[in-house]
This record gives sequence, C-alpha cells and structure tokens, in this order.
Amino acid sequence: MIRVELPAHLRTLAGVDGDVEVEVVGPVTQRTILDAVEAKYPALSGTMRDHITRARRPFLRFFACEQDLSHESPDAPLPDAVARGAEPFMVVGAIAGG
Amino acid sequence: MSGVRVLVGTRKGAFILTADGRRDKWDVAGPHFGGWEMYHLKGSPADPNRLYASQSSGWFGQTMQRSTDGGKTWETVGNKFAYDGATGTHQWYDGTPHPWEFKRVWHLEPSLTDPDTVYAGVEDAALFRSTDGGQSWSELPGLRTHGTGSKWQPGAGGLCLHTILLDPSQRDRMFIAISAAGAFRSDDGAKSWKPINKGLYSKYLPEPTAEVGHCVHRIAQHRARPNTLFMQKHWDVMRTDDAGDNWTKISGNLPTDFGFVIDVHAHEPETIYVVPIKSDSEHYPPDGKLRVYRSKTGGNEWEALTNGLPQEDCYVNVLRDAMAIDSLDSCGVYFGTTGGQVYASADAGNTWKAIVHDLPPVLSVEVQTTP
Repeated sequence: MIRVELPAHLRTLAGVDGDVEVEVVGPVTQRTILDAVEAKYPALSGTMRDHITRARRPFLRFFACEQDLSHESPDAPLPDAVARGAEPFMVVGAIAGG
Repeated sequence: MSGVRVLVGTRKGAFILTADGRRDKWDVAGPHFGGWEMYHLKGSPADPNRLYASQSSGWFGQTMQRSTDGGKTWETVGNKFAYDGATGTHQWYDGTPHPWEFKRVWHLEPSLTDPDTVYAGVEDAALFRSTDGGQSWSELPGLRTHGTGSKWQPGAGGLCLHTILLDPSQRDRMFIAISAAGAFRSDDGAKSWKPINKGLYSKYLPEPTAEVGHCVHRIAQHRARPNTLFMQKHWDVMRTDDAGDNWTKISGNLPTDFGFVIDVHAHEPETIYVVPIKSDSEHYPPDGKLRVYRSKTGGNEWEALTNGLPQEDCYVNVLRDAMAIDSLDSCGVYFGTTGGQVYASADAGNTWKAIVHDLPPVLSVEVQTTP
C-alpha cells in the first residue's frame, strides 16, 4: 500500500485522522497516486489538482524521500521507497499567511 | 413560536446563529469548516433544512457543501465547475483580453420550488445550475456568451457574479449582477440575457452610460413587486420599476452613496436599507459612525439608524452579501461586518444589537424564518 500524507484541511475534508493508504496498479506516479486518492476519497477531487487542467494547485507541493517532486512530470515514476510504502508521498500546503 | 436561523459566512469558517421569534437570545454554532473561506450559505425556500454552502481556499480551491438538517451536519458535494464550450476572453484590469478562469463560487441561490435545484454565481463571471442537490453543475452559457462578455472586466474583488434574483411571479425570469459588468435579465429561464443598465452612470468608464461595464454591487427585490429592483452600485443607489429597463438615482440625502449592501423590508416594498461607506478607497463608514440608512419612500429620503450601533471609532466594512431580512411580523434586519460583528434588529432597524462581536471578517449573512 502507498502512504499519502495530506494537509490537515484535506484530512478533515476526507474524514480521516492520519495518513491515508491507497493501492495503485501499474506505475507509481504522482498522477496514479492522486487518481487513487480521489477515487477513494471523492471529497478531495479538485482540491489538489485543478478539475479541468489537472495541474497541481499552485499553493501545494509534492514531496517524497526528502525531494521536492512538484515540478516533475506527473507521469514520472516515483522513488521505489514510495512505491513500496516505506516512505510517504506528501501533499504539503505552502506556508502562507492569511 | 417561529424562530430565525442566521447563516454567516466568514473568511475562516461558517457560523449558524439561532433564536426564537423574540430574537433577543442567540445560540452560536460553529465554526463549521474552520479555516476555509465561506463566501455564501443559503437555505432552500422549498425545504428550509436543505442548506448549500460555498467553501473555498487559496490552497485547495473550491469545494461545495450541503446539509439536510439545517446545518447540524454537512456532506461534500460536487465541485467541478467547467465552462460550457470555448471560454473566450474578458477584459483584464489593463484592458487586455484575458481568458475566462474559474476561481470560486460567490453566491448560491436555491430554487424557490425544488430543494435539489440551486444556482451558483461564480468568478470568473458565469451562472451554473445543479438539479441534483449540488452533486453536479452545468453552466447556463447564454449569459457568458450573449455578446458583451468580451467587454466585461473585473472589479477589485474579481469578475464575480454575486447576485441572483429568481422572480417569484414569473418562473422563467431571473436577474443577475456582475462586478464589473452590470445587471442582466433573462425572461426565458436563463437561455438568453439582456443587459439592463440604462440609466446607470459610471464615471470610471470611458463611456459613462455604456451598455455594460458598470460595477453593480448588489440588487434587491421585494416579492410583492417583482418589477421594482433596488441597486447599490459602486457609487449611486438606484431603482427601477420596469424590471431593469430604466434606472433612476435615489441616493437623495445619503451622506455618501458608495456602499455594498442593499435590501428591502419584508412587508413594506418601499422600505429599503443601505449601509453607506465613505468611498471606493476608504472602505469604512463616514466619520467612524456605523449607520444603516433606511428609506420608507423607496429612496431619496433617508434616515440614519444608529441606536445600538457604534457611533465612534468604527472603521469596518459591510460586504455585498452581508445583509439579510427575515419575514417575521416585526421585520428583522441583519448585517455582518469585516470586523466580525453580526448586528440584528428585531424592529425593522429602529434598534440594533450585536449577536456576536468577534467572528472572522464576515463575507455573507442570510436568514431563514423557521417554524
């Protein structure tokens, strides 16, 4: 299972307390993980990626294995540690006030 | 005894304030959706326990919420707002073409008869409708594509469709308003639209009497006189008695005719309320005195209502969706401020009391009269 760490507001929206786990069949990429998260938690659809363009929301970043993967292709394979569930795929809200 | 339920949207969550018909003791519930911008909440006239709420965030975009128990519990519903077909462009602040981009839902207007049907006014300006309780949304593209859209431009708050009025006497008639495009009317169930801005004068436009481009802040209607509309424009308070075909200025003796809100007494169609704001760059009341102005003559002659409102050192604003009227026999008037106060009057504005003092900045106020 792949572990996904969500910002607090998205955990509330999804109705979960901690990390979520999803199963991905095939290549493990940003796109396939987010597709799986949205399928399991429909309330999160459109909150991490724009509904229409599928682009990452600009105030969110994607981290894993101490790397910022935000600007990688959504179809690029993620580190093996993420695919094995050893490390989480992290959806991180930008630090911004207001 | 009848009661009231006040739905308050703020910059950091939603609050539900309830009282019995005396409206002197209030229960405060919330925050719901703490940390999220709640632009608007509104209940269905056909089923008062059916509420819809617009929830948005700079981080996570737009989400939508629905309640079937008067706001005790909520469920997330559909948030996909896709423009119908090619979007084209509107004017950007500098006059250059800018593609239409969905940003958020400003206003929700449930159908007068069907709890599952609700209209949404969005930024960039367009009108959407759901007929399945908010699960899915479709644009009613006749408004955005009717021909003047390329001339619309955003106000400081964005190119927002912020007002939707459903005519209680003619099922297929509705009115909407957009900053900064103006007011529009449809007589065929939102298929086609007509700009209704004749009589408006906006000195910030190269052609001050242009067909579109006016920064309308709010329009209001009394159910008993659906052809009469009242408007708070960027500057100027206006009225029409022919469903928007012609507007006349009714600012009269107001200390300033800039402002955002306007509303109509529940039982007196010629009694209207505004909250004058000093200017378009000074978004606070003149002289540091928070005053609601009431006209009992449909405009021009206004009286200041001050009893219970702060009359010194008050520099809050009252945003366009932040005034509401209940329908109890002694008409209640409510408004919220950017300072986090929600004021209520149970006697048509003669006296006021703050229900709450310290909420986050208030974006919207709606009220329901409950059995």
